[in-house]
Amino acid sequence: MSIFSNLVGMTLLAGSLFAQAPDITFNSTDFLKMPDRMYMGEAAGVATNSKGHVYVYTRTGDAYATTGTSRTFTHGGSRLFEFDQNGRYVGEIGKDSYGFLLAESVRVDPQDNIWIVDKSSSLVVKFAPDGRVLMPMGRKPESIFVGSRGGGPGGGRGPGAGRGGEGAPPPPPPGSGAPGDLFNGPTDVAWDAQGNIFISDGFGNARVAKFDKNGKFIKSWGSRGSEPGQFNNPRSIATDAQGNVYVADKGNNRIQVFDNDGTFKTQIAGVGAPAAICISPGSHPVLYASNSNEVNSMDHGEIYKLDLDGKVLGQFGRAGHAVKEFGAVNEIDCRHANELYVGELMNWRVQKITLH
Amino acid sequence: MKKRQSIGLAAVALLFTLSVFAQTLTRAQERAKAKAQNVPEIPYDSVPNFLKLPPGLYFGEVVGVATNSKGHVFVYTRSYNTRLLEFDQTGKFLKEIGEGLYGFQFAHAVRVDPQDNIWAVDEGTNMVIKFSPQGKVLMVLGHRPESGEVPVTPGFGVAPPPAEPYTFNRQTDVAWDPQGDIFVADGYGNSRVVKYDKNGRYVTSVGSHGSKPGELNIPHTLAADAQGNVYVGDRTNNRIQVFDNDLKLKTMYDKVGAPWAVCITPGPHQYLYSSNSNPDNNNSEIMAVTGEVYKMELDGTILGKFGKPGKQLGEFSTIHEMDCRSENEIVTAEINRWGVQKIVLHPKK
Repeated sequence: MSIFSNLVGMTLLAGSLFAQAPDITFNSTDFLKMPDRMYMGEAAGVATNSKGHVYVYTRTGDAYATTGTSRTFTHGGSRLFEFDQNGRYVGEIGKDSYGFLLAESVRVDPQDNIWIVDKSSSLVVKFAPDGRVLMPMGRKPESIFVGSRGGGPGGGRGPGAGRGGEGAPPPPPPGSGAPGDLFNGPTDVAWDAQGNIFISDGFGNARVAKFDKNGKFIKSWGSRGSEPGQFNNPRSIATDAQGNVYVADKGNNRIQVFDNDGTFKTQIAGVGAPAAICISPGSHPVLYASNSNEVNSMDHGEIYKLDLDGKVLGQFGRAGHAVKEFGAVNEIDCRHANELYVGELMNWRVQKITLH
Repeated sequence: MKKRQSIGLAAVALLFTLSVFAQTLTRAQERAKAKAQNVPEIPYDSVPNFLKLPPGLYFGEVVGVATNSKGHVFVYTRSYNTRLLEFDQTGKFLKEIGEGLYGFQFAHAVRVDPQDNIWAVDEGTNMVIKFSPQGKVLMVLGHRPESGEVPVTPGFGVAPPPAEPYTFNRQTDVAWDPQGDIFVADGYGNSRVVKYDKNGRYVTSVGSHGSKPGELNIPHTLAADAQGNVYVGDRTNNRIQVFDNDLKLKTMYDKVGAPWAVCITPGPHQYLYSSNSNPDNNNSEIMAVTGEVYKMELDGTILGKFGKPGKQLGEFSTIHEMDCRSENEIVTAEINRWGVQKIVLHPKK
């Protein structure tokens, strides 16, 4: 699947749905201090824990392939960095991990466990606060075909690909919303108060999957389409204190809201094509949604602040390379309602944003 | 005795000259040979052992070289990995910049802007990366395709996908005007030059694949003068095309061979250097008629030339980029030398 094929249509739609919202004044801080000789790549994921530590899951590049007897095996390409509450570099988690191919997002749960979502390995991995692997979810395809598009036998990225071996069923058609434990280009993860896990899945599979806190599959819903309960590129997911599930349905220019069992409740439009959303904790939660620009455009790029009923409270920022501009925002952390961390694909950086 | 010797020498010289004129060039040689005639030679030296590599550090193909205001030398090389290495003005190795960077895959050029920021142009990731003088990433232009979504390289006769404002296709070089606007030669795939403002916002572009005026066939190198005009080495068309600051075509210089590398000196009187490099495939037929560098006025008047192809000190092995921060000190990056030379010119006053 090519992300490029969808871009033109989505950009046009996004442009027609501009909301008129008051501008929020804001500052940006170059907060994270990378050590010498270490570099951020595309900052796909950013999240904070309860102590204010900042985790960045970044595409640092140079995934490499090794050759087996008949298949190629891919390794590397992304890294998970930890910084302290002052922005000082603490260390790296999951170095040379089996699952780190193409970073998509990172989230920290209420117990300070760190969860990464990898688009290319189709894995969600839960790390303990000290960095130990607690639980992998999904399975990395044994062999990911290297070269031009397409997959060899047992390769590819379909949900069947990871099963490997003879007799693996062919992967279901993209967008069919195939249920089960395997992901196809997952994008994000969230939890409800009981610890149930919700995963937006994603680029390939166009569904939301619900697991219990132990990783046991409960159900999934959705398939590719534009009807209520269908998705076109679900890129980000968040839950509120009642366990409702908010899905950034980017290709349909809306945020869909489901109850805890996946029953469609409502949708929020008028905020462009949301690529990253988050909900702040506490008694007065707010919802942020980024109408991120695409890589071939500097249109849009603004971030909206809404209440949970979908009322737009304000907006800030625009696309660009400069400070206080945003380059294809891929994730937002809003543990504090007016202090955001914004991860950008296009500018290889995380900005700490303070809203006034 | 003495007189007879000099007569003999003159005779030998005459015979040699005649034999050169008598030689007929192949059609490929005629195409490759610069049209300029009777260009005076500029005497020069090459500084021996200019860059000192510490033990265990190797250059691969050196495709990029640039100096900053302190005389530090930045070398962008296709090594085991693509690497950007910094040396001081005496040639002592200082440090590596961008080790393991997401944007480093296959080096093409490096330039240093007037504020001493270092810009790397990588044709393997389709990225242009701006580093601070200390080596911190300040801005990136372009977009590296995600692994698995790398577009299939079009074959011969297959049109590449249409150019997008913020995506390059094997871009080759970068330059700036006095306002800090950014010009990118883009490149092998897109046959255009793109102008961005200093914050990387798209302004305009020019060019498509072809040989008519304003069209480009491998824009391989470019430089801007103090008025903001842009000189584009249109390599396969064997010409330098000069565009104004809005990328409107002004003129073309087509007598200096295939411009692999161009640079423009700073200061009140600016000069343009252009290298008609000998081919990187070591084709001896073409090598016989190429490998020299031309010095020009900005209006295209040819002032002189220097250099010849070869592997020895002072000979050129496919110049891929030149730095001419000083008018008479040219630093060359040479693909087939796996190294850099510092050339000191001794022009006749």
